[in-house]
Amino acid sequence: MAASSVRANSARVLTIGFFIVFILVPLYWVVVTSIKPASDYLTTPPVWFPAKPTIVHYTAALFSYRGLQGLINSLIIASAATALSTVMGTMMAYSLARFRTGGNHLALWVISQRFLPPVAVILPIFLLFRRWGLYDTRIGLILAYAFMTLPLSVWMMYAYFRQLPKSLEEAALVDGLSRWQAFWMVATPIAAPGVAAAAVFVFIAVWTEFFFALILTSRYAFTLPTIFRAFLGFQGAQYGEACALATVSLAPSIALGMIVQRHLVRGLTLGALRG
Amino acid sequence: MASVRIGALHKSYGPVHAVRGVDLDIPDGEFTVLVGPSGCGKSTLLRTVAGLEDADSGDIAIGGEIVNGLRPRDRDVAMVFQDYALYPHMTVHGNISLSLRARKMPKAEIEERVKRAAAMLGVGPLLDRYPRQLSGGQRQRVAIGRAIVRNPRVFLFDEPLSNLDAQLRDEMRVEIKRLHQEISTTMIYVTHDQVEAMTLADRIVLLRDGVIEQQGAPLDLFEQPASLFVAGFLGSPRMNFVRGRLERTGSGAVVALDNGGPKLTLPAESAPDAPSGAEVILGFRPEHAHRALAEPLADGHARVASTIELVQPTGSRSYAAFRVGGQLAVAELRAHDASRAGEPIELDINLRSAVLFDPATGKALRGLRR
Repeated sequence: MAASSVRANSARVLTIGFFIVFILVPLYWVVVTSIKPASDYLTTPPVWFPAKPTIVHYTAALFSYRGLQGLINSLIIASAATALSTVMGTMMAYSLARFRTGGNHLALWVISQRFLPPVAVILPIFLLFRRWGLYDTRIGLILAYAFMTLPLSVWMMYAYFRQLPKSLEEAALVDGLSRWQAFWMVATPIAAPGVAAAAVFVFIAVWTEFFFALILTSRYAFTLPTIFRAFLGFQGAQYGEACALATVSLAPSIALGMIVQRHLVRGLTLGALRG
Repeated sequence: MASVRIGALHKSYGPVHAVRGVDLDIPDGEFTVLVGPSGCGKSTLLRTVAGLEDADSGDIAIGGEIVNGLRPRDRDVAMVFQDYALYPHMTVHGNISLSLRARKMPKAEIEERVKRAAAMLGVGPLLDRYPRQLSGGQRQRVAIGRAIVRNPRVFLFDEPLSNLDAQLRDEMRVEIKRLHQEISTTMIYVTHDQVEAMTLADRIVLLRDGVIEQQGAPLDLFEQPASLFVAGFLGSPRMNFVRGRLERTGSGAVVALDNGGPKLTLPAESAPDAPSGAEVILGFRPEHAHRALAEPLADGHARVASTIELVQPTGSRSYAAFRVGGQLAVAELRAHDASRAGEPIELDINLRSAVLFDPATGKALRGLRR
């Protein structure tokens, strides 16, 4: 018995260790490369930690390559698109879940938007944006991302509202609330973990999006991901700058994940109903 | 406080015709219990009164005013749900006060009302807790508190006790009855539990397949069931049903039980108006069948000899299964009756309290009683 539990334990340690190596080592390599002098990039044996760490890549990436502008754009665009997408998605999902809006087909149609390859719509969107003056604007990209991610937030919230017992809202209706109040004061607060989860997914989808940003922006509203292509030139790759910007762009995702983690795991409906 | 009148109400869910033409008059202040097996339409009826479902046809009037087109919030009714439906993100105080806050009542009055409702239900010390921190019984009290704080015209209860364990259910039943005595507002209460129906109701409305099978005071339904269904639904253990054939004699009538069973002479005043030779079902409750005592047969009783097949002691009394005319029936014995399975027994059946039914229609044959 003792032998088998030792074996099970070491198997577990090995598995977890493998995943740590698989996920954390590349992350470490990115961070450490961002502070290496250029001479340490591709040496044999590799330099695990530079003797003389430097922040020169950060200043270059943020200022020479306009990384700071990209970071600000990305933050504004991703936050606004996330807010827009989750608010609209929550309302739409509620309507689908409670009133069966559009019968069985509308819900499926909404999710089917995710099957659509972005290339199929990028040209018409590009032309429309040019005509409407939305090309290379933050507003334009916010709208594009909000609608692009709407199926995601609708679908996540739809699943959430479907499993939320109707009687809570019915109690609210009998208690004297309007349907709108029941939605905002009862259904949505209870669905907060779902909203948080949807927001995280939408934010990350927008934060890492490259294709739309590349086509729909140029000199002004560009986002972080579009900057990275500048680091690959004819004279070779700017490893240090690329890794510095990658490190910077990781931070918001990690921070967001930590903030909403509490909401994600908290089972708010606990205690509302029997058992 | 208000009366509730339901007229020719119909409601279908797709192909399921849940309520089929219900007419019901509930006077102001009455405690009415809608009871019946699951799927009989009782909850649908209640939800239609609340405004959570729209009627297909028919009218609902509360306090003389037709409310068909009104939203739930405008009907001034309060409802207690089977699963309590407490708002999990609000404290007990928040749960109880939501309806008042939604009506923009002054703060001081809200506090006053919440305090009074909480005291009435003994949840005063729990006001700052969240629903998940409460026991099942406490949650149900809060749910009731949320209803009474509004002082509505009508209370609706949708199987409020069915998720509680037996002991708590008895306690809360008493509580609800006391509440009605205190505030005497019209209450409509849905349950599938015949004990709840019997103990709480001023009037029982027994539903079956979307129509009212019988309505009246609990004891009237219990003693004078209109059909086999009502007779079998109310009472535990349930009424005994034995088949036989009616034989008219000069002044009265006799039921000859099937399979060559005994002939039971009906009390003279209660012979049914059915022809001689008609097939009947004789219904008598276990408490109307006793071990025969030495003294002569009481008036209106019949004595049968049988063998005990099974004894079920319950503590306060015992129930003995026996056969009469080849058909299984149950008699009530005293708790300390020493009878064992397999022993012969003589039983006296009180036929004054028995009911005759027509097996073809399931309806009670009139004339048997009084």
